[in-house]
Amino acid sequence: MDILYLLIQNAYISMTVLLVVALGGLLAERSGVTNIALEGIMILGAFLGVWAIHGLEIYPYSLMTIVVMIVVVLIWVISLDVLVNFGLSKLGFKCVGLNRLHMKQRENRLYIALNIFIVLVFASLIMLSFFLFGIPKQIILIMGIMIGGAVGGVYAMVHAHASIYMKADQVISATALNLFAPAFAIFTARFIQRGQQIPFSSSFMIPKIPLLGDIPIIGELFFTRVFISFYIALALLVIIWIIVYKSKFGLRLRACGENPHAADSLGINIYKLRFKAVTLSGVFAGMGGVIFVISTSTEFNVTVAGFGFLAIAVLIFGNWRPSGILMAAIFFGFTKTLAASYTAIPFLDNLGLQREYYELIPFIATLIILAFFSKNSQAPKALGQIYDQGKR
Amino acid sequence: MNEHKKQAKDVIVKILKKLGQAILRALVVIKPSLIAIGLGLFIGLIIMLIFDAGDAFPALGTLLIGGFNGGLRGIGNTLYQAAPIILTGLAVAFAFRTGLFNIGASGQMMMGAYVAIHIGVRYTLPGTVHWIIAFLAGMLAGAIWGLIPGLLKALSNVNEVVSSIMMNYIAGNLLIIFIMKYVFNPTYSRSLNILRTAELPLLTSVFPNSTANIGIFIAIIVVIIAHIILHKTTLGFGLRASGFSMPGSKYAGMNTKANIITAMTLSGSFAGMAGAIAFLVVGKNIGTAFEIFPQGFDGISVALLGLGEPIGALFAGLFLANIRMGAFYMQRYSFVPQIIDMIIAVIIYVTAISAALQMIFKRYGQQFKAWRLSRHEKKEGK
Repeated sequence: MDILYLLIQNAYISMTVLLVVALGGLLAERSGVTNIALEGIMILGAFLGVWAIHGLEIYPYSLMTIVVMIVVVLIWVISLDVLVNFGLSKLGFKCVGLNRLHMKQRENRLYIALNIFIVLVFASLIMLSFFLFGIPKQIILIMGIMIGGAVGGVYAMVHAHASIYMKADQVISATALNLFAPAFAIFTARFIQRGQQIPFSSSFMIPKIPLLGDIPIIGELFFTRVFISFYIALALLVIIWIIVYKSKFGLRLRACGENPHAADSLGINIYKLRFKAVTLSGVFAGMGGVIFVISTSTEFNVTVAGFGFLAIAVLIFGNWRPSGILMAAIFFGFTKTLAASYTAIPFLDNLGLQREYYELIPFIATLIILAFFSKNSQAPKALGQIYDQGKR
Repeated sequence: MNEHKKQAKDVIVKILKKLGQAILRALVVIKPSLIAIGLGLFIGLIIMLIFDAGDAFPALGTLLIGGFNGGLRGIGNTLYQAAPIILTGLAVAFAFRTGLFNIGASGQMMMGAYVAIHIGVRYTLPGTVHWIIAFLAGMLAGAIWGLIPGLLKALSNVNEVVSSIMMNYIAGNLLIIFIMKYVFNPTYSRSLNILRTAELPLLTSVFPNSTANIGIFIAIIVVIIAHIILHKTTLGFGLRASGFSMPGSKYAGMNTKANIITAMTLSGSFAGMAGAIAFLVVGKNIGTAFEIFPQGFDGISVALLGLGEPIGALFAGLFLANIRMGAFYMQRYSFVPQIIDMIIAVIIYVTAISAALQMIFKRYGQQFKAWRLSRHEKKEGK
C-alpha cells in the first residue's frame, strides 16, 4: 500500500507539469494557433524563474532581488485587489476598485486614491514582513513560478507576433523559438557564472499539511509529500474551465478557433484575441517550466525533458477539453512514474524491461489515438491556418 | 586587326553583361535568404557585443570563415558535417514541396543511423558491398519511419507535424533500447565501433586528418536526383501540384493520398541516408543518453534558407555546416558555441516572416519614393 501511495504522489509531479502546460496549449489551440513552441518557452521560463529562485535564496537583500520582490508583490496585491473589488461589485456593493478607472467623477477619483493607498499599505506590509522574518520557502517558489510565467508570456509574444500579425507559418516560427531558448540559456548562464547549471538549495516539497494530512486515505493521497504547484495546477484547471466555457472571452476564443471569419463578421478582433490567447499559453508554459525543474531536480540544466512536446500529446489525448486534459495528464503522469520507479514494483521489475519501454508508452498511445479516433476528434477547425481577413 | 579586337571586346562585354544579369536575377531569387542570414548575423553580433564587445568582431569573422580556419583538415570536417545536414535539409524541402512539414527528419535520421550501425557492427561482408548494404539499409529504415506519418496523414488525416514529433520521441527511446540490446559497448556506454569494411570510403588523401568521406558526393548526387524527380518527372509534377493545392490536384484527378505517402517516404529515405552517412565512420558512435539528433532541426533551417529547393538545400547546407565549424573555432575567443544556435534560430524566424517583411520593406520603399518625388516636385515648383 505504501508503494501505491508513493507512486501516486510521484505521479502528481509529472501530472502537475503536464496539466499546466497542456492547459496553456489548450488556450492557444482553441484560438486556432498551433503552439509547438511550448518546449522552448518552458526552457526559457524555467531558466529565468529558477535563476530568480536561486537569487532569492542566496542574496535576498541585494538590489536586484528587492526590485524583483517589489514587482511580484505589487502584482499579487493589485490582482487580488481587482479580484476582490470585481467580486464586490458583482454582489452589488459600491466599490473602490481599479476596474472603475474609466469613470471620471470626482467621487470615484477619491475612491481610486483610497484604493491605491490600501494597495501600497498592503504591499509594504508584506515587504516589511519579508525583511523582518525572511521570505518563506513556498513564497520564494511562487515568486519563481510567477517570474517564469511572465518570461514565458513575453517570449510567446514573439511567436504570436510572427504567426498572427506577420502571417508566418506557425510551425516554423515555433521551431525557431524552440531552438533559441536552450541556446540562449546555455550562452547566458555560461557567460555570467561559468557553467550552465543553476542550482537551488531548498527542497520545496511539503512533507505533510497539518490537520488535512491526518485524514486517513485522503490525507495520504492529497496532503502529504506534495508540492504547492499541485494545488496551483488544480486551481488553474478550474479557472481555465470557467474561462473557456463560462465566460465571454471563452466563447469568443472557441468561435475564433472554429470559424474565425464568422467570428470576425460579428465584430471580434481575431488578431487581438489570438494574440492574447498565445501570450497566455506562454505564461502557462513558463510556469510549467519552473514547476518541472523545482519538482524533479535540484538544478536547472537547460532541459525540460521533452515535457513541452508531451504536453501537446496530452492536449491531443484529452481531445482539446479541460476534463480530457486532466485524464490524459493523470495517465501520462503514471507512465512517466512507471518509467522512473518501475524497479520498486516487484511485478514490473520481474518483467525485465528497461526504462525506455515505459517512456515509449505515452507517445505510442497518442499515435494510436490519432490514428483511430481522429474522425471524432474535436480539434478546432481552423487550427494551424493563417487568418487573413481578405480570404474566404 | 582592330576590327577583330573590337569584335572580341564586344563579345566579352556581352558575356559579362549576361553574367551580370544572371547574377542579379539569382540575387533577386535568393534575396529572402540573404536578408534572413544578414539579420541573423546582425542579431548574433549584437548579442556578442553585449556580452563581450572587444572580441565580438574577430569572433564574427572567425564564424564566417568557418571551416577554412582549420586549413584542409577544417574543410574536410566541414564537408563531413555538411553531408547529413544537406540530406536532412533535402528531406524537409522535398516534403515542403508537397505541402507537408516533415519535422521528423531527426527521428528518421536516428533510425537510419541505428540500422546502418547495426549492419556495420554485426555482419561481416566484403569491403565495398558492406558499406553499400549498410547505407541502403539505413535509407530503408528512414523511409519506413517517414512512411508512418505519411500513412497516418493520408488515411486518417492526422497532422503530420504532431505525428512526426511523436515518431521522433519513439525513435529516441527505441534507439537506446536497440543499442543496449544489440551493439552495446559497456566500457564507454555507447554503440560499438563499426567494422572497417563498413566504413564509407574516406577522402583522407585530399583532406588529411579529417573525417571527410564520400558522403558529400552521395549528398550531391542525391540532391541532383531529387531535383530531377521534382522538376522533370510526372511524379514530381504531381507532388508539386499537391503542394500548391491539395483540392485542386484532387479535382484534376491526381491521387493525392498516394502523393502524400510517396513524398513522406522519399523524404524519410533522404533523412535515413543522412543518418547512415553521419555514422558509417569508424569512431563515430551513438551514446545511450536520450537525445534527439540536432541535424533534423538544422534540416528545417537548411530547407528554409534553400527556398524549399533541392539545389538550394545543397548550398544552404554547405553554408550552415561552414558556420557551425566556425562556431567550433570561435571557442578560442570567450564565446560559447551556442551563439550559432541563436543565430540559426533568428534566421529561421526571419525566413518565416520574410513574406510579411518584404511587404513592409516594399511599402516603406514606396513611401520613401513618394516622399522623395514630392520633395523633388516642390523644389522644381519653387
